[in-house]
Amino acid sequence: MSVIEAKLRISMFSLAAVLLIASPASVPAAGSETEFKVAYAAAEAADKEAGRLRNQWTVTAAALAAAKKAADKGDFDQAISAAKEAEALAKASIFQAASEKEAWKQLQIR
Amino acid sequence: MVFCFTRSRVYLAVAALATLCATQPAGASDKPDPATDAKAFRNYFVKKFPNVKLEDFVNGPYALDQDMRRQWEEKEQFPPYEFSLEKGKEMFAKPFRNGKRYADCFPDQGIGIRQNYPHFDSNEGKVITLEVALNRCREANGEAPLSYVDDEMAALTAYMAFTSRGKPFDIKVPDDPRALEAYQNGKRYFYTRRGQLNFSCATCHVQNPGERMRAEVLAPALGILNAMPIYRSEWGGMATISRRFTTCNSQIRGVPLDPQDEDYRDLEYFLSYVSNGLPISGPGARP
Repeated sequence: MSVIEAKLRISMFSLAAVLLIASPASVPAAGSETEFKVAYAAAEAADKEAGRLRNQWTVTAAALAAAKKAADKGDFDQAISAAKEAEALAKASIFQAASEKEAWKQLQIR
Repeated sequence: MVFCFTRSRVYLAVAALATLCATQPAGASDKPDPATDAKAFRNYFVKKFPNVKLEDFVNGPYALDQDMRRQWEEKEQFPPYEFSLEKGKEMFAKPFRNGKRYADCFPDQGIGIRQNYPHFDSNEGKVITLEVALNRCREANGEAPLSYVDDEMAALTAYMAFTSRGKPFDIKVPDDPRALEAYQNGKRYFYTRRGQLNFSCATCHVQNPGERMRAEVLAPALGILNAMPIYRSEWGGMATISRRFTTCNSQIRGVPLDPQDEDYRDLEYFLSYVSNGLPISGPGARP
């Protein structure tokens, strides 16, 4: 083996090692079931709070159902995304309920 | 991307809401004053639609759109609620298994009393709607309650409304803090924005009556319950007040409450009271 061949093999090995090490950082990791469960629980809790305020939105329920359906199929990326959407919607409905406690008075006919 | 877009829309709606709250003038007194409310309510619509006769507001969109009115007047020759009306008449007359009838549960044998509902029951401290009163009558006589959103309840209330046609709404809010609270709760519900669309009942029926929402002409809130129950061509069937309320909530992407939930009963109390003096025109027909 020549010096050049040896250097080439070393550099190829180095490149492969770098790619191997770097790959988890450069390619997005697939969502895990654990991550989904955390996201779904947070969304469910927010929606439950909206329910306590009697101000749930139908779109939140739809997003929660979509999250569950995706998780059942093993598509945890989609499931996590839908669960996060559900949480955002539920939080917006909670905000709406809180602000409307007083804001409705501004709309009344006087 | 879809997720981001959806969230952005939500945040935009919330931001718009916050802006609205910040720019509105200070509110009126919190103390309920039903008589003053009713006067202001009526004046608002009379001023908004100076060419509409007061008693004509009970005809909803037909009072505001002449083309629709002509179609409706022709349709009234053979009204689409006629089958429901006949069914309601039969149901009302048919004895329960114990031999009693609906007539035994109501003043004046239940004829010509629609204009007095809902009323505030001082013993119970709650609002009693006609739909609730009908189911209580059934249960008191050993019959299962009817669904508040199905055809049988619509048929019964259609018949009772028909026997009251022309009689003015005569809803009382007694000098009882619980009645005033129920009235105020109904008013709060009416003006409160809800659902992802951030609409209140007033958004459509106070701010935008006469305007189109897709193919529909929005009805004014004044007199809106006088025509209930209604035959909806869009639904191909009858709509009780319960069905109308729950569907409105769903349409703005809010989860509806249970039919005849206390909030809905209070809403009906408020809306009926502010239409006092306007004639019962139910059962009605709407596109």
